[in-house]
Amino acid sequence: MNVTRGFTGRPRVDDPGLPPGQYDAGDDWPVLSAEVTPDLRPADWSFRIDGLVDAPRTWSWDEAHALPASAYEGDIHCVTSWSKFGVRFGGVSLDAFLEAVRPQASATHAVAYSHTGYTTNLPLADLTGGRAWIAFTYGGEPLSAEHGGPARLLVPHLYFWKSAKWIAGLRLLDHDEPGFWEQNGYHARGNPWEEQRYTGD
Amino acid sequence: MTETFTPPTRFAVPGRIAVSNRAASVWQTATITEIRRETPYAATFRLAVPAWEGHLPGQHLMLRLRAADGYLAQRHYSIASAPDGSGHVELTLDHVDGGEVSGWFHTVAEPGDQVEVRGPLSGFFAWPGDRPALLIGAGSGVVPLMSMVRHHRARRLAVPLRLLVSARGPEELIYAGEYGAETTPVFTRTAPRGTPVGRLTAAHLAPLLAERPDGGWEAYVCGSNGFAEHASRLLVAAGQPVDRIRIERFG
Repeated sequence: MNVTRGFTGRPRVDDPGLPPGQYDAGDDWPVLSAEVTPDLRPADWSFRIDGLVDAPRTWSWDEAHALPASAYEGDIHCVTSWSKFGVRFGGVSLDAFLEAVRPQASATHAVAYSHTGYTTNLPLADLTGGRAWIAFTYGGEPLSAEHGGPARLLVPHLYFWKSAKWIAGLRLLDHDEPGFWEQNGYHARGNPWEEQRYTGD
Repeated sequence: MTETFTPPTRFAVPGRIAVSNRAASVWQTATITEIRRETPYAATFRLAVPAWEGHLPGQHLMLRLRAADGYLAQRHYSIASAPDGSGHVELTLDHVDGGEVSGWFHTVAEPGDQVEVRGPLSGFFAWPGDRPALLIGAGSGVVPLMSMVRHHRARRLAVPLRLLVSARGPEELIYAGEYGAETTPVFTRTAPRGTPVGRLTAAHLAPLLAERPDGGWEAYVCGSNGFAEHASRLLVAAGQPVDRIRIERFG
């Protein structure tokens, strides 16, 4: 590509935490959901894991909070090009939920779905090993509705559309099945470090 | 296990169209052919994209600029023009305070300059011109909605279409000279004599929802997150089904 005449861009920051093509959004945290923000009370929230597991199960708000607390402190990256540094989410590691349902050996992928019906697909390997959470708090406060409260999936090493808001469940599968944005041309995995924004990247 | 997964809740906003993965993955050179000022803060940039595959009203594209040291800045922008097979698309951009890409467009760009685009992208906010369309936008959120209005006119579509567009004042109303009977402007700070000042309310929506077109309205809401939250809550409160509200939030 040719250089754009007269374009200099913002001052360069040598930040090893910034994936290619991203910029630091600072204090902003844009909201980009495609649907109406639901009025979902903690008492109405539940989280289920089923599909290729030995013991499918549904957790209520209180049951989920009875699992060991786990926090994520680090960065998040949105496919629309902003990244946000030094965020702090509190919740429960997805490993704790998966341990209870016992995934079968044939399970390779998952579809995460929301109480709004939003879906997104992920390799199971991206949801295990201390890299994914069900998050209830942000910065020590209850997660706000427009950011996915009362509970969202958090998979911070992938673009943030994978971190489904208003998380309702995971269905474990033996194949990859595109979710909402993935059916709309977005990449099946969404690794920001390889800039996997769209199918074909 | 090979059956297709269906979530327990039907998703509110399934995609309206299939999206070309090829178009989404290929960067193309676009040449600025015309610049038109719309308001003190917004201007329209017409781009020649010779191999443009075509788009549907409501879709967006990704655009990038490259500095001499290789630094890239890329942004998503809604397409303002109707699909017309001309090999051109138009974007209307606000001059964002401190915006490195919109700043370049507003202070440096001239006809003949080249940028790169990929797209069109995303099918969920697209309007193929089939269902009755209730369009609600604020500020530059009117841009993808204007593509729908222009498409409706160009194709002389009979399906009902209405636009509610919110702006701070008449001088900030983008495309002010293009609106017709389908449009109701809402002015939040200043308004012409005789026109009320204030934000979008249930009273603006009520007469439109009362029209009850065959098949019901497909609502398209576009603007800042604050406006999108406000407008979508008004729609739900007025009885518009949640699964017939599509929201594009700028951010």
